[in-house]
Amino acid sequence: MGIWTKALATAAVATALMAQAAAAQDVKIALVVKALGIGFFEAAAKGAEEAAAELGDVEIIYTGPTDTTAEGQIEVINSLIAQGVNAIAVSANDRDALVPTLQKAMERGITVISWDSGVAPEGRMMHLNPSSNALIGNTIIKLAADHLPEGGDVAILSASATATNQNIWIEEATKVLPNYPGINLVATVYGDDLADKSYREAQGLMATYPNLKAIIAPTTVGILAASQAVTDAGKIGEINVTGLGLPSEMAGAVASGATKSFAIWNPIDLGYAATMISYNLVKGNAAAEPGAEIGMGRMGTATLDQGNEAAMSDPFTYDASNIDQFKSIF
Amino acid sequence: MTLFKSREALLALAILVTLGVIAARFPAFVAPSNLANVFNDTAPLMLLAIGQMIVILTKCIDLSVAANLALTGMVAALMNGAGVPLPLILCAVVALGAALGAVNGVLVWKLGIPSIVVTLGTMTIYRGTIFLMTEGKWVNAHEMSDAFKALPRHVILGLPVMSWIAIATIAVFAVVLARTALGRAFYAVGGNPHAAVYAGLDVGRTQFWAFVISGALAGVTGYLWVARYAVAYVDVAGGFELDVVAACVIGGIAIAGGAGSLWGAMLGALFLGVIKNALPVVGISPFWQMAISGLAIILAVAFNAAQRRPRGRLILREAAQ
Repeated sequence: MGIWTKALATAAVATALMAQAAAAQDVKIALVVKALGIGFFEAAAKGAEEAAAELGDVEIIYTGPTDTTAEGQIEVINSLIAQGVNAIAVSANDRDALVPTLQKAMERGITVISWDSGVAPEGRMMHLNPSSNALIGNTIIKLAADHLPEGGDVAILSASATATNQNIWIEEATKVLPNYPGINLVATVYGDDLADKSYREAQGLMATYPNLKAIIAPTTVGILAASQAVTDAGKIGEINVTGLGLPSEMAGAVASGATKSFAIWNPIDLGYAATMISYNLVKGNAAAEPGAEIGMGRMGTATLDQGNEAAMSDPFTYDASNIDQFKSIF
Repeated sequence: MTLFKSREALLALAILVTLGVIAARFPAFVAPSNLANVFNDTAPLMLLAIGQMIVILTKCIDLSVAANLALTGMVAALMNGAGVPLPLILCAVVALGAALGAVNGVLVWKLGIPSIVVTLGTMTIYRGTIFLMTEGKWVNAHEMSDAFKALPRHVILGLPVMSWIAIATIAVFAVVLARTALGRAFYAVGGNPHAAVYAGLDVGRTQFWAFVISGALAGVTGYLWVARYAVAYVDVAGGFELDVVAACVIGGIAIAGGAGSLWGAMLGALFLGVIKNALPVVGISPFWQMAISGLAIILAVAFNAAQRRPRGRLILREAAQ
């Protein structure tokens, strides 16, 4: 696998280098995602292209490994460094593993920011959260609680046990639990963002906790697999699957009733904002320091906190009333 | 022959002991309905393990099965989206899977490239092809027709169709491997290629057919997988080829070729299936789950190796007497 990914990456880099010779003056911004072929990131890439079109002198390099591993991302980032990009905006598979490689990039004068899933502070200049972590943590619990006036058992089905963003949201969700009396978080399991493992974990939850009323999956793969598992078990109406998902992928689950509502921020906006911030940092329009305000084009400005982190906007809730409007967009 | 029989008996015993241990912590796991679920969940692994076993018997290995599954599954989902009737889709996935397997087979047969290199390459190519076809887009539940999703779930005599397909395939290949010239050729070619040539068998051609069978089974499984999880995307069944090889190895299929039984491979798949389904319900930390799965594989293989060792000594002792 390693050799082939490398060979492919080299081929990709070679092609990209040839393409770039023509447009040497452009600001080259690399959008590095957790893995290629995930709807959420494809949508973010669309947003990045939109920002590039608006700015004019920007070339977007949308790339990432083929599976969600830190090793794969390190290879990709190394090839981007060799390629001499101006900025790297990364959604990390591991908070710490990417740090040495990204530090190397910064030493070479490359602007490094993380977005969506963060990198430890020493490995990036700033981090753009899709929303404030506290707000997301609260939202995922509220989504479950809204449909459980009597309270009841809920469980979390997450991505991999090392995923930075999911772990922070779960931590924030646990903090606000006392505000929702009667909501009893019985377990947190990990489906590794694999459809079959997530499906099996959801089945396991239903078997282990017969009184389970809701499965909260703060990941697009997990929420889809859990909806399918609940549907197959004939427990629609008994167990509500909620969390974070994409309207285009969740339309079926909402129609069948397995999912009453779910939330997400707009990934197009996120890719757009990450690109705008990268551009402004590369051009020196703003510096990445606590308190700084960095322009995000149509998304307004991002204000950095003490840890050089900023939040883009609030998560938005989708249900049967508005899903048809959004399912063809992302 | 008794050696293989006893290995399978021991594996069956290991599965029963595992079930017993799980039942002690979580009694509902061994309820008949849940065991049927576990069998159904293991059906894709068993289907692929049949193909993989035949390939391994001929001294080859097929690492492209999971990628083949993902590609045929995606094609099935796209055909469904285009309104192609289900029977036609089923024929198409088998044909496409077999064709993808044939590509491996031809490269191994005609160019003499080691199978591990060929299938490592086609594995990446097949996954890449999905990406090129879809540009990374998913095919989701609401984009698939109800009939398409319902077939593997349809229950006949207490078991879903997916389980029956696995059972029927096992029955067919039990006969093929034991009673047909091609089935015996798989063993002969892997057991002693030189002797096989002298016996008039074409080693390359036999390996080619092994890859075609493995590919066709991956094609069927591709449809079943996509219909069951109601989603098709690039990373479907990522890394699943290693589970398939592990099932064969646990089942006592000799990696050097020529030895092993269908029942061994099936028990190996069931063993992995039981562990995969049990770990979520017995409440073991996710950090330990992978380590436990890995340990089970190494233990099983070490056991196989230890079992095989006395055979050589025995012959020497007998010769000395």
